[in-house]
Amino acid sequence: MSQDKAEFEDIPGTYLFNSDRSREGYHLNMFCMSLSKAENREAFLADEAGYLDRFPLTEEQRRTILERDWLGMIKVGGNIYYTAKLGATDGKSFQYIAGKMCGMSGEEYAQMMLSGGRPIDNNRSKSQQAKSN
Amino acid sequence: MAKIIAGVATSHVPAIGAAIDLGKTGDDYWKPLFAGYEPSKKWMAEADADVAILVYNDHANAFSLEIIPTFAIGVAEEFPPADEGWGPRKVPVVKGHPELAWHISESLILEEFDMTIVNDMPVDHGLTVPLNLMCGTPEEWPFKVIPLCVNVIQYPPPTGNRCYALGQAIRRAVESFDEDLRVVVFGTGGMSHQLHGERAGLVNLEWDKQFMDDLTANPERLRKLPHIEYVREAGSEGIEMVMWLIMRGALSDKAREVYRFNHVPGSNTSVGNIIIEDQ
Repeated sequence: MSQDKAEFEDIPGTYLFNSDRSREGYHLNMFCMSLSKAENREAFLADEAGYLDRFPLTEEQRRTILERDWLGMIKVGGNIYYTAKLGATDGKSFQYIAGKMCGMSGEEYAQMMLSGGRPIDNNRSKSQQAKSN
Repeated sequence: MAKIIAGVATSHVPAIGAAIDLGKTGDDYWKPLFAGYEPSKKWMAEADADVAILVYNDHANAFSLEIIPTFAIGVAEEFPPADEGWGPRKVPVVKGHPELAWHISESLILEEFDMTIVNDMPVDHGLTVPLNLMCGTPEEWPFKVIPLCVNVIQYPPPTGNRCYALGQAIRRAVESFDEDLRVVVFGTGGMSHQLHGERAGLVNLEWDKQFMDDLTANPERLRKLPHIEYVREAGSEGIEMVMWLIMRGALSDKAREVYRFNHVPGSNTSVGNIIIEDQ
């Protein structure tokens, strides 16, 4: 791994949308993009698995979509601005999806934001976190 | 001669658009945020701008992963609101300024900024929410808008230094346009926020405030900020703040801050607004 890449990968809970993730997630993200059209949203909701056959997805990508595994989607190349279109299709907000990704209930997440958000202290580096634990 | 009179920077959170569209601006949650923009709206009305060059990013609406332009400029007569997954926002169609937009495009390309020129482009909350925050909800937007769309989703976005230099070139382009026009440059996005992963919800208000201080006091520091610092300190989506540097680059050395406002949270985001008048 290059020095540059290693620095980004050392940031905890963060999946930089770089070229590797963009290549891996291209079809997943383009599926999400298709949900920009109302008729596609209807077709998807009417037959989710059938609609996904239109896209050359991996089994794991299909699973994360069908199970609404929001963090899982990011790990297989999903980008949040794309996966949020799936969220919008379900009538869910960015905040709902964000809460799910960090394993918090909607209420807990909203409360964290009201209290000033997730603090930066001890959230800069995985290697530092490991040392302080 | 056209003249840049000021720069405005503001966050562009989609939930702010939803709060406006659903009539929730008076709710306890949203009230302090909208109150903070009241002086900005007053300033905007008094500025009597003819055109805004609005630097923003598209969020997988006009562009997708099919084509990823680093810098795109809209030269159309008008730009419709995009369907972002729940139907287009019911905001006025954005009217462009094709003559000035083409003039800027030509000038920038001849100055070696290889712009993508766009004739047909819907505009999403990244562009319409800043208009609402600065202008309220009028029947028609009070000025023409030239959308300048920057890729900040696919890594790497342009460097802060490149953004700043683009702003400087925009200033030269505007000042070489014959018509008398009052131009405001908007830089949008930010401030600190992270929308994805287990670190979602990150806010670093101290960093945001330092960024705002340096926007007028020490832009040279900001020009040199590497991408890793934005992502680590201001969250993965905080890297949008490179767009504020296009606005800053378009202003002179003597530019002066006249208003700022911070509010946490606007949904997932540290919301910031700053107005810098040119001299």
